[in-house]
Amino acid sequence: MNRAFTNARLIDPANGLDEIGNLIVENGKIFAVGKNAKTPSGVKTHDCKGMSILPGLVDMQVFTGEPGEEHRETLATASQAAAAGGVTTMITMPNTNPVIDDAALVDFISRRARDTAIVRVHPMAALTKNCNGQSMTEFGLLSEAGAVAFTDGDRAVMNALTMRRALSYAGTFDALIVQHAMDQDLQSAGVMHESELATRLGLAGIPVAAETAIIDRDLRLVELTGARYHIAQISSAESVETVRAAKQKGLPVSCGVSATHLMLNQNDVENYRTFAKLSPPLRREEDRLALIAGVADGTIDVVVSGHNPQNEEAKRQPFAQAAYGTVGVETLLAGLLTLHHADGVALDTLLACITARPAELLGLEGGTLSVGARADFAIADLEAPWVVNADTLRSKSQNAAIDKRKVQGQVHACYVDGKAVFEL
Amino acid sequence: MTSIEIKGAFAHRDLLGIDGLSVSEITYLLDLSDNYVDQNRQIDKKTSVLRGRTQINLFFESSTRTQSSFELAGKRLGADVMNMAVKTSAVNKGETLLDTAVTLNAMNPDLLVVRHGDSGAVALLAQKMSCAVLNAGDGAHEHPTQALLDALSIRRRLGKLQGLRVAICGDITHSRVARSNLLLLNAMGAQVHLIGPQTLLPVGAEKLGARVFTTMREGLEGCDIVMMLRIQNERMEGALIPSVREYYRLYGLDREKLAYAKPEALVMHPGPMNRGVEIDSAVADDPERSLIRDQVEMGVAVRMAVLEALAANLPNNTGEAE
Repeated sequence: MNRAFTNARLIDPANGLDEIGNLIVENGKIFAVGKNAKTPSGVKTHDCKGMSILPGLVDMQVFTGEPGEEHRETLATASQAAAAGGVTTMITMPNTNPVIDDAALVDFISRRARDTAIVRVHPMAALTKNCNGQSMTEFGLLSEAGAVAFTDGDRAVMNALTMRRALSYAGTFDALIVQHAMDQDLQSAGVMHESELATRLGLAGIPVAAETAIIDRDLRLVELTGARYHIAQISSAESVETVRAAKQKGLPVSCGVSATHLMLNQNDVENYRTFAKLSPPLRREEDRLALIAGVADGTIDVVVSGHNPQNEEAKRQPFAQAAYGTVGVETLLAGLLTLHHADGVALDTLLACITARPAELLGLEGGTLSVGARADFAIADLEAPWVVNADTLRSKSQNAAIDKRKVQGQVHACYVDGKAVFEL
Repeated sequence: MTSIEIKGAFAHRDLLGIDGLSVSEITYLLDLSDNYVDQNRQIDKKTSVLRGRTQINLFFESSTRTQSSFELAGKRLGADVMNMAVKTSAVNKGETLLDTAVTLNAMNPDLLVVRHGDSGAVALLAQKMSCAVLNAGDGAHEHPTQALLDALSIRRRLGKLQGLRVAICGDITHSRVARSNLLLLNAMGAQVHLIGPQTLLPVGAEKLGARVFTTMREGLEGCDIVMMLRIQNERMEGALIPSVREYYRLYGLDREKLAYAKPEALVMHPGPMNRGVEIDSAVADDPERSLIRDQVEMGVAVRMAVLEALAANLPNNTGEAE
């Protein structure tokens, strides 16, 4: 079972490692790493030919259709897409049918994942029963069953009192509360960023205030309760500024952004392109640039795919009727590497957002190449350019917002517990 | 008029909006419409321009005047016209759209006139059709034949569009009529004022080339044309405006408010009117000032012109116009 991966650029933001060397795997764990890691004799050797070895990615927001809508995506198909993208840990969202709001359902996800998925799967459980925004779920029992955080997924908790109680109660378990910051009243019938483009297209807009109103409210409640609070995705410059200020105040706040929001802006919905219909919506170019700056300076903690598979029937609709979401778990790394190449964001900063930082927030092992850690890693050519072709992605659904876009960075292999789960 | 000339003057398979039309294409359609106005006033109103052609009017939203206007236009050009009203529920709206497109396409229509409640729905449907598609109104996006008939009404009365100042008043946010008119009037060199309460004015309207006002007194100053929009019932009573009586007081067009515009200013309305809500009968029915009857007449002529222009570009056109 022992293997040596030689002649690799080893990059591990958690340990400040970036050097040419070898990675030695023994019994599914990392035995040695670095330029001084000697290849033991008689070990099967894999020559990485100068390619990079990264910690396996931790994608903190993945929607699947299992249980209930397996035609969109199963845990198995999502995990295959993940492996092809170098993602070794997927955090699944509770918005399935039924909603994951009960310990038995968390157990169901874990068992299905163990039996069918090729990467690690950790579910977030619902924050409120049936994601109805009213009554809390059993944080204690759900945590015991393996839920890593609590969220209503693609729905905001609108009731401030419910949110206050959830944040208060979560303190007992040091649970992470994850919010989808979208005020449903302010959103109303809105389907894209509120702007002159929305006006021209005759589409109802979603103002930035729909996001900031929820964040502002929740931050007050975090001050009141002291609970750990995470915004799943922010989409605006204003939100970056708000989170930055909250962190300076020392509040236990973190936030994420989707890789798609770092690459596209509202102009990508021109011609009613429903593949770019996302929640939160793609906003102005200045928002995109502010989000990149937020990642670069650490205001934004994690980058997620927000992977949300939708079948063609759900997307081939008039824009207002079409489903939200894009697939993305397979292109998460390539998307970020493209930012590194195009926008000059430091590589270790970007990689930390998809490895060590999400693992740390969720209290998970992994996201590093530390000696003794589980051997979850990806081998990638960080430079290789390619064009995203939605039809060849491994997800069961092909709704890729970045279809036909040029990206840079190709995953060549992916390992979980030292075993190859993907090879190009 | 031969088909080859038409091709040069109007080179589009579909008419999905005013967006994308050039000044010469708009002028061409208006000139062609002028001829049909004259023809429609004769005893024999029929031609055989569309003889043998099948025109389907597919209306996902109910409409009396637009649908009958298209129906009359098609029949006067000699087409076989079929009306289809599709009842939609919120649940199966989109499903019905694409299913219907596939079904209709199999019937080999030549011209499909579509109205739908969702912005962009007509363009989506057009992708699935192999015939010419006319947008008869999609959501809050475009209603191109309305803008053309409004322009024709103005041009016939005042002789030009260039340099005129046109006020569009009312629920701009939800109005496809306002968007198509704004695009067309801007293209033709007119100046557009949008007037309404802030809750009914869309974000960024200034950037689309209009001046925006929240009072009739300011907005109507120097206007040659005052175009009133219908206010939908569901927008009233507290959601976007507090009440009908307050709306009428502030924005309802009566003689007093009309006096803010130029002394000879003309009044328009796409219909159907809510008398006593957005417009006073004394103004609406004044033959000296109201173009509302003209608009209905021009509607048929404009739709005949558009149908002819699109039919000329159909791939199997045999030049029956001669």
